[in-house]
Amino acid sequence: MATIEARALGAAAPATPPRVRAGRLSAGFGPVTAIRDITLDIADRHITAIIGPSGCGKSTFLRALNRMHETVPRAWARGTVLLDEHDIYADDVDAVAVRRLVGMVFQRPTAFPTMSIRQNVAAGLRIAPREERQHEEEAVEHALRRAALWDEVKDRLDDSALALSGGQQQRLCIARALAIEPEILLLDEPTASLDPISTEKVEQLVHTLREQVAVVIVTHNMQQAARVSDTTAFFLSGELVEVAPTRTMFTHPADERTEAYITGRFG
Amino acid sequence: MKATRLQLRRKLTGRIMGALAYLAAAAAVLPLLLVFGYLLLKGASSVNLDFFLHMPRPVGVPGGGMANAIIGTLMLVGVASLLGVPIGIGAGMYLAEHGNAPLATSVRFLADVLNGLPSIVIGIFAWQLLVRPVGHFSAAAGGIALGLMMIPTVTRTTEEMVLTVPTALREAALALGYARWRTALRIVLPTALGGVITGVLIAVARVAGETAPLLFTSLGNQFWSVSLTQPISAIPLQVFNYAISAYDELHAQAWAGAVVLIALVLVISLGARAVVGRGFARGND
Repeated sequence: MATIEARALGAAAPATPPRVRAGRLSAGFGPVTAIRDITLDIADRHITAIIGPSGCGKSTFLRALNRMHETVPRAWARGTVLLDEHDIYADDVDAVAVRRLVGMVFQRPTAFPTMSIRQNVAAGLRIAPREERQHEEEAVEHALRRAALWDEVKDRLDDSALALSGGQQQRLCIARALAIEPEILLLDEPTASLDPISTEKVEQLVHTLREQVAVVIVTHNMQQAARVSDTTAFFLSGELVEVAPTRTMFTHPADERTEAYITGRFG
Repeated sequence: MKATRLQLRRKLTGRIMGALAYLAAAAAVLPLLLVFGYLLLKGASSVNLDFFLHMPRPVGVPGGGMANAIIGTLMLVGVASLLGVPIGIGAGMYLAEHGNAPLATSVRFLADVLNGLPSIVIGIFAWQLLVRPVGHFSAAAGGIALGLMMIPTVTRTTEEMVLTVPTALREAALALGYARWRTALRIVLPTALGGVITGVLIAVARVAGETAPLLFTSLGNQFWSVSLTQPISAIPLQVFNYAISAYDELHAQAWAGAVVLIALVLVISLGARAVVGRGFARGND
């Protein structure tokens, strides 16, 4: 355990300073422990991929980073998650405020069906305190441009979001998450429900986002992790087995379980 | 290839069962069609502009209408909706969002009991609570009695409709920094609105035709009244009074009243649907 942590903090430490530091983070549901004592740094302007077989706790870990985990009945979490040195699990921290700083995009596109494209992107902006509210028109365009969707939707911003294809809807969700200018963006298998072409577009987008925010992407797909990420963490049975620069991870994994997984011997 | 006896028998059984299912389906809608047909046959000829604009006239004087009863029903339904719709939608959302809490289980059970309560009992209750202390019948008491009857229907349909909204949408809103109440109000309820409105309309249609709870509360009124504190007429009450009278012309008026009552419910339904439909279309086209 100690060596793993040392490696996690030492060998894989990227050039940029960590933005998020999970410290001995455990979480679960009722009597079930989904993740155990995870210590992991997320670097700024950097893409961290989390891979592992189904049920390894990678989604639980991700959801613990913006306190979405606790929205499920009987969920619990222990340990710390430092966001710029502040523990988001401290008693005086409001989970809703955390989620304004740590955006999230889910496995399936979740465009709000009663809203237009514009309203979807602005959904997060419109609930900001009045004095912090940016000029909506500009913010919507900016977010859609960042999500590489602007050119495809600029002439139909008032159409229903459901008129978009699945891949476009997913990029819309990314735009919606980016519109409130989060510090961190969490992506929970963002291409799992998309076709290969849409997947490629989302991957390209994720790749460009690293210049702007810290991105954590959970993926089932090891090639995807290899393509888009700078650092890869491998989870197994609720524990962090190994974290390393993506290139190292896929060429010279330190742990034999990692090697077994990435060479396809299980999972 | 020739079919065996067994295959033939199965085919025949299939045909017979299919025919029986069609028959049952036809029998299910037949009563409604008969009611509509008979109503139109008996009442349509007495429905004219006077019927909507004029007050009842004494027997023997031709013409006359139910203007007071029509406005009365609209007012009663309005008061009932003011009470029943917000409480029902609120309770339904509570049940959908906190479905497993022990309190929710009791609320759900009690709503079902209230739904099954005979309407005359609601009428007596409203009389005891709202008419007796005041000393006279009133439109407000009638509207409140009807509102109480709307609550369980609206509650349960709202719950069902809100439950059909995918968890993923709730999570998406929460992840954007929406508080739980805002998620429920701004994302979940609008998504389920079509179904919720349908539930409200079913409740409105049901209470618009109620007679028993009004006998003790709004009583009826042969004069023009739009005051909430005074007794007020209602179409079902008027239909009842005319139907038990001894005069053919009043019977005709009763049939006409029944036609208007059904038409009114239909218009309310279509109107509300059109409004909701436009709301959705704004996002869709």
